[in-house]
Amino acid sequence: MAKLNKLQTATLPDAVLDRRQAVPALIENPNDFLMVAGLAGTAWEMSALTHESPNLFGLGGAMGAAPMIGLGLALAQPKRRVLVATGDGELLMNVGALATIALQNPPNLTIICVDNGHYGETGNQESHTGLGVRLDVIASGCGFPVVHVVNTTADMEEGRRLVREGGGLTFILLRVKEGPATHDGKKNLVPHIERDRFRAALLG
Amino acid sequence: MAEAITRETWPAALYDLLRQNGVTQFCYVPDAGHKVLIDRSLADTDVHSVPLTTEEEGVAMLAGADLGGQRAVLLMQSSGVGNTINMLSLTAGCHFPMLTLVSMRGEFGEGNPWQFPMGQAVEPTLKAMGVIVLRAEQPEDVIPCVTAAITMAYQSCQQVAVLLTQRLIGAKKF
Repeated sequence: MAKLNKLQTATLPDAVLDRRQAVPALIENPNDFLMVAGLAGTAWEMSALTHESPNLFGLGGAMGAAPMIGLGLALAQPKRRVLVATGDGELLMNVGALATIALQNPPNLTIICVDNGHYGETGNQESHTGLGVRLDVIASGCGFPVVHVVNTTADMEEGRRLVREGGGLTFILLRVKEGPATHDGKKNLVPHIERDRFRAALLG
Repeated sequence: MAEAITRETWPAALYDLLRQNGVTQFCYVPDAGHKVLIDRSLADTDVHSVPLTTEEEGVAMLAGADLGGQRAVLLMQSSGVGNTINMLSLTAGCHFPMLTLVSMRGEFGEGNPWQFPMGQAVEPTLKAMGVIVLRAEQPEDVIPCVTAAITMAYQSCQQVAVLLTQRLIGAKKF
């Protein structure tokens, strides 16, 4: 099978972490946050991690929406910490959103990109990041004040600290191997129910 | 009694209307037709003025603002409508309130042929995605149209676009 060539600038080591352990290890206390999860893998695993908590708004479509939903939410709720978890494909679809978000610089927003380098839901085609595009460098170039890459368990403690303590607008690239996300099969992603339960829990 | 709205005064009255109705997030891709709204939002310390790289970002941001209990408005040119289409699935499916003000090109008196395909497609594409379209043709239409749209969007959770038509804002001269 013909394959696309990796970029000659691709220098990151091969991913070694399994997302099924790495995502819960990075986000220790999901109840501390208002959360938005991008479609497919991250929506399923965040749903499992939070036991379908209403403080999670999970997307089943609208690819590319998660980071900007996070921005609108973070600006509206400056006293709450907002966490966006999304995949590399979802983030790449609206990568300009990183520039828009950095200009606003909301200190209560953290974006975690669970980067498996592939489009896991559509036949596991390699994504741009799998071929060497660096989302962490893009985030830095956009002006994110805090950027951290988790390649191995050795990088995890600093990632955990950043998620826990929140020292300003943060981008964390969590690099994981190909493979399934945790999926407990119960999540109800009926769109208007997602909205209603999130708002009811937050706003009463 | 309020002074009559004119071609010169409607943009400022429109900004005041949005603020009086609790809009605190203004997101936009710049356009001459929205210059006053953009400048006013930048000068207003009580609102977030958010320049976008593409209009679909704004659709998602409106959703996030609603989840957090704030009101947002998306300002864009007619060409930007084409960039929002799939993202309107989010708004329609979740019943997010959406208010967008669209400054029109590619219609009444347009002198740039590149503007026509998307300008003429604005209404059918928005309607195909379930967005209600109101048109402001004259200065005196603006406040009633946007007042109606505010109620339809934020109270009835509809998706509403008010077209600030080229007849209203004037065709750009080249």
